[in-house]
Amino acid sequence: MVSDTEISKKNIWQILETVVDPEVPVLTITDLGIVRDVRISGSEVEIVITPTYTGCPAMDMIAMNIRLALLENGYQNIKITSVLSPVWTTDWMSEDGKRKLKEYGIAPPNPRQQVCNNDLFAAAEAVQCPHCNSYHTHRISEFGSTACKALYQCDDCKEPFDYFKCH
Amino acid sequence: MNSQLINYTLHLADTTLILSQRNSEWCGHGPVLEQDIAITNISLDLLGQSRNFYQYAAQLIGDTDENKLAYLRKEREFKNLLLVEQANGDWGQTILRQYLFSQFQYLLFEQLQNGNDEQLAAIAAKSIKETAYHVRWSSEWVIRLGDGTEESRSRMINAVDELWRYTGEMFLPAEYETLVDVSLLEKKWLDKVKEIFNEATLTVPENTFMQSGGKEGRHTEQLGFILTELQYMQRTYPGAEW
Repeated sequence: MVSDTEISKKNIWQILETVVDPEVPVLTITDLGIVRDVRISGSEVEIVITPTYTGCPAMDMIAMNIRLALLENGYQNIKITSVLSPVWTTDWMSEDGKRKLKEYGIAPPNPRQQVCNNDLFAAAEAVQCPHCNSYHTHRISEFGSTACKALYQCDDCKEPFDYFKCH
Repeated sequence: MNSQLINYTLHLADTTLILSQRNSEWCGHGPVLEQDIAITNISLDLLGQSRNFYQYAAQLIGDTDENKLAYLRKEREFKNLLLVEQANGDWGQTILRQYLFSQFQYLLFEQLQNGNDEQLAAIAAKSIKETAYHVRWSSEWVIRLGDGTEESRSRMINAVDELWRYTGEMFLPAEYETLVDVSLLEKKWLDKVKEIFNEATLTVPENTFMQSGGKEGRHTEQLGFILTELQYMQRTYPGAEW
């Protein structure tokens, strides 16, 4: 049991940094930028999170994992609040997160200004291959294994790879 | 007191849930793997939207939750658009249904995100980015199929004949539909559709009889079948959890 005086935001943020995205386990929820706020009132700890994609099935699991991580560390009075506004975008992802994604073999999201184009049959975005760094790649499918990813293939090293879409 | 807002939120929730359920029927049956994944991802986006709307409706109503609202309401209580409950038909019909709806939803969310209700505005602002994808993906397919082979073209013409009569309802405001004046969206929608149909070498029907009633709970025979499948588990094993 943690006494009130020991409850500190810093400690809670450190715990949150250990909670990973169940679908992209190299990313923590703080890398993703989905933790908006940590609030403490009395013995209650409130974690404010925001969903990435509207239909992301990982969100319920993330909320549960946050609860478990805090319980394991002695916090008992936990409230998890989900807010939609301001809207999450891939700009909220940390630079560290983008580096970890690439090392994991998933191309990190391009800066956002590249996707605000809704023209039909537009050329697919240029995405750098996370394996050989070539830009000589092509999109296989706009939707990939999860809602947040598109499927690409490298024309140089021939490896297929996931691209974490700009959002 | 806020029954208008509750009904409107339920209308938005039901429409997205039913279209999601319809699209999910393609899971594992799409014409090619990539498009199978695309339509089921769209289905997932719509399910996410409907959950947000149901959660908000549940909060407004009190003493209920998103699951009860989705699984335990009866056919006449559902306020979804007639368009979204129509059968999948062939791939062409599914694509056209998605396009006609997404093009409308995009215009709707553009207004809703600046509307007077804070939570509905937040849901719309969150969802519109995904809807933009849906519009782009479905309009590309309408063009490919309409301006494709003789076979794909004739299927698209049939799909237009089948679905057009359900589009008028989108722009007929229900009594509870006060937040966004949908009648003002019709011209913009039609201009967009004409643009895409033109590229697809398809003709926009004129002076068609328009079916309505979905927003007030008067549905085509299709909805009962969907709800039977959707609600079966909760009705047979009340309170069952995943």
